Amino acid sequence: MLPACARSISKKAANLKALGFLSTAKNNYATEVTYYLKPFRLHKLEQGPAQKTTLTKEDAINYYRQMHTIRRMETTAGNLYKEKIIRGFCHLYSGQEAVAVGIKAALRPYDAIITAYRAHGWTYLMGVDYLGVLAELTGRQSGCARGKGGSMHMYCENFYGGNGIVGAQVPLGVGVAFAQKYQGTDGVCVTLYGDGAANQGQVFEVYNMAKLWNLPCIFVCENNGYGMGTSADRASANTNYYTRGDYVSGIWVDGMDVLTVREAARYAVNHCASGKGPILLETATYRYSGHSMSDPGTSYRTRDEIQEVRQTRDPITSFKEKITSANLVTPEELKKMEAEIRGVVDEATKKAKADSEISMEELTADIYSNNLEGTIRNTTPFNPLEHSRIGQAVNQ
Amino acid sequence: MTVRDALNSALDEEMEKDDRVYILGEEVAQYDGAYKVTRGLWKKYGDKRVIDTPITEMGFAGIAVGSAMAGLRPVCEFMTFNFAMQAIDQVINSAAKTFYMSAGRVNVPIVFRGPNGAAAGVAAQHSQCFAAWYAHCPGLKVVSPYNSEDCKGLLKAAIRDPDPVVFLENELLYGVQYEMSDEALSKDFVLPIGKAHIARPGEHITLVAHSRAVEICLEAANELAGKGIEAEVINLRSIRPLDMDTINASIVKTNHLVTVEQGWPTCGVGAEILSRVMESETFYHLDQPAIRITGVDTPMPYTKSLEIAALPQPSDVIATVKKLLKAQ
Ligand SMILES: Cc1ncc(C[n+]2csc(CCOP(=O)(O)OP(=O)(O)O)c2C)c(N)n1
Ligand SMILES: [Mg+2]
Repeated sequence: MLPACARSISKKAANLKALGFLSTAKNNYATEVTYYLKPFRLHKLEQGPAQKTTLTKEDAINYYRQMHTIRRMETTAGNLYKEKIIRGFCHLYSGQEAVAVGIKAALRPYDAIITAYRAHGWTYLMGVDYLGVLAELTGRQSGCARGKGGSMHMYCENFYGGNGIVGAQVPLGVGVAFAQKYQGTDGVCVTLYGDGAANQGQVFEVYNMAKLWNLPCIFVCENNGYGMGTSADRASANTNYYTRGDYVSGIWVDGMDVLTVREAARYAVNHCASGKGPILLETATYRYSGHSMSDPGTSYRTRDEIQEVRQTRDPITSFKEKITSANLVTPEELKKMEAEIRGVVDEATKKAKADSEISMEELTADIYSNNLEGTIRNTTPFNPLEHSRIGQAVNQ
Repeated sequence: MTVRDALNSALDEEMEKDDRVYILGEEVAQYDGAYKVTRGLWKKYGDKRVIDTPITEMGFAGIAVGSAMAGLRPVCEFMTFNFAMQAIDQVINSAAKTFYMSAGRVNVPIVFRGPNGAAAGVAAQHSQCFAAWYAHCPGLKVVSPYNSEDCKGLLKAAIRDPDPVVFLENELLYGVQYEMSDEALSKDFVLPIGKAHIARPGEHITLVAHSRAVEICLEAANELAGKGIEAEVINLRSIRPLDMDTINASIVKTNHLVTVEQGWPTCGVGAEILSRVMESETFYHLDQPAIRITGVDTPMPYTKSLEIAALPQPSDVIATVKKLLKAQ
């Protein structure tokens, strides 16, 4: 239990802050603060999520840690790519952290997630450790997919990937939700896709079926303004993505504010879990880096635009400001945490670089959970390869 | 000239020549193409003829096919052929079959093009060869060029062709420079679809390949030449039609056949060639069974060392040739 006075002091402080008057005494540490949230926009909903929320110190620390860790890992990934240790595609999540962290905060342990190729942050949030993510990026055996999947294909319990085909994860997410309903749990599946992916035909096909069959799917359209080099308005006749499920209720959410996202996600989980069928959240966010590491990301938008978002809407800086000015957390505490995160990420990075790749025999491991082919054909017929099983198949 | 520039000049020349030709696809206009193949064309031809689409392959491929039915000459770019799977119904059920279904009335002059096959470090969903998939389908023509000259001559031929052509490029070759003959630099240069090219003559063994595998064969042939083995390397250029005349003639000369491709073995391009040889009189000219060299029969791993092992290398070709010819 929290002392009532701390609660009331902090609430007052936050309310004042929301009005722009915050002035709390330096030593007036709060354990819980109430914040007003960024306004939502509703589609086919009478009543939206609450416009204020209470944040405990513990959660504040947790969200900050998660967002900062994702940012730190992405910065590291960017560097590893430049060092040519990460190959192929590498899509960074920097700028979008509040979406994942806010949603995760609202999930119960048995809720599921599926996303596209911008998957590193989610993989970490869903329980893979630093090394599991970073070594997957470097293609080494400690990676969560043993280095076979790489940047776009990471998985863990209740996390169905990592998909490299734009839009393809959306029907899969509805399928996961279908299974949850079928199995009689009140679990939901959060299905994430971009503003670009939002135009894919299969997305509309499954809006329909999700609604028709009342499936517990939370569609989350992460609108970061661009699909590769194409701005949202050049690709979508209707850029109000939260309305595009038509008969699926939708909420527009400021995706740069982790608390606003959390509240919207709580509402959505509740909506689905109580049997009301699917719901669609559009989270307005921004990606700082190019689309992938090979895109400088400056030919279709200005450097000023990126700078402006960094300075005025950054999800981490703004959250830091919010929790320190309300005296939930001190700047010193955060600084210490940042140093710790840097330490563990650096440590994991070293390991991910030094780690070895899986052995050659694994080239033909796990093609089938039950291989009926005998040996696997090599590049020539002269030296066939053995099929082996390594992973623990989850569906027995 | 790089393969990229060769493709670009083919597009440019055909757009200049025929105003029914237009390009559509993801990032083809303002971004100059994800792999910069369409660089400069939007600036030159404008919004009407170089069109950025949303990421909606099924939809825009269908629009392209419909516009071809109604008199235009679309070049439909898939950012990569991996994404063309989203649209494969329109390619096969609409583009490939309509002429037949309409009893020779509605032909579909369209080119579907983009990078195909294994790229580097992009894992299973982004690394696979679709040559055999499309070649399976009557009504389609399937081209898989190797170098700059192939790309220019065949893309121009594909755009001019009255039927749907699937044009399979290779991302890893885009930046490679190949020599262009004076003839190939001309605006009138076209290569016939359905004719293979002998990339290197030889009399001891026939190596048949397409796309990047031609390079593998040429490298292997170079090394084999140092050991007194002269391999004939056939660059298929076209997978459908398949130029069996050139292949058969070569086998009659060499009596040995090896096919090389980066795609999977099962029902693959090599499998088709071997079957056709088996069904023909050429079979009797073989001194021993023909051999396919292919990608390993597995999805592509991201792991670097495994990715290399998953694809045929010149060393595989050399070892196979030596084994067949019982050479040291
Ligand atoms: C079916 C398909 N088409 C095209 C691509 C190439 N591609 C990868 S990501 C991307 C842009 C997607 O944009 P968006 O959905 O907004 O997601 P964001 O990258 O902004 O997170 C494109 C065109 C692909 N991977 N799959
Ligand atoms: Mg986007």
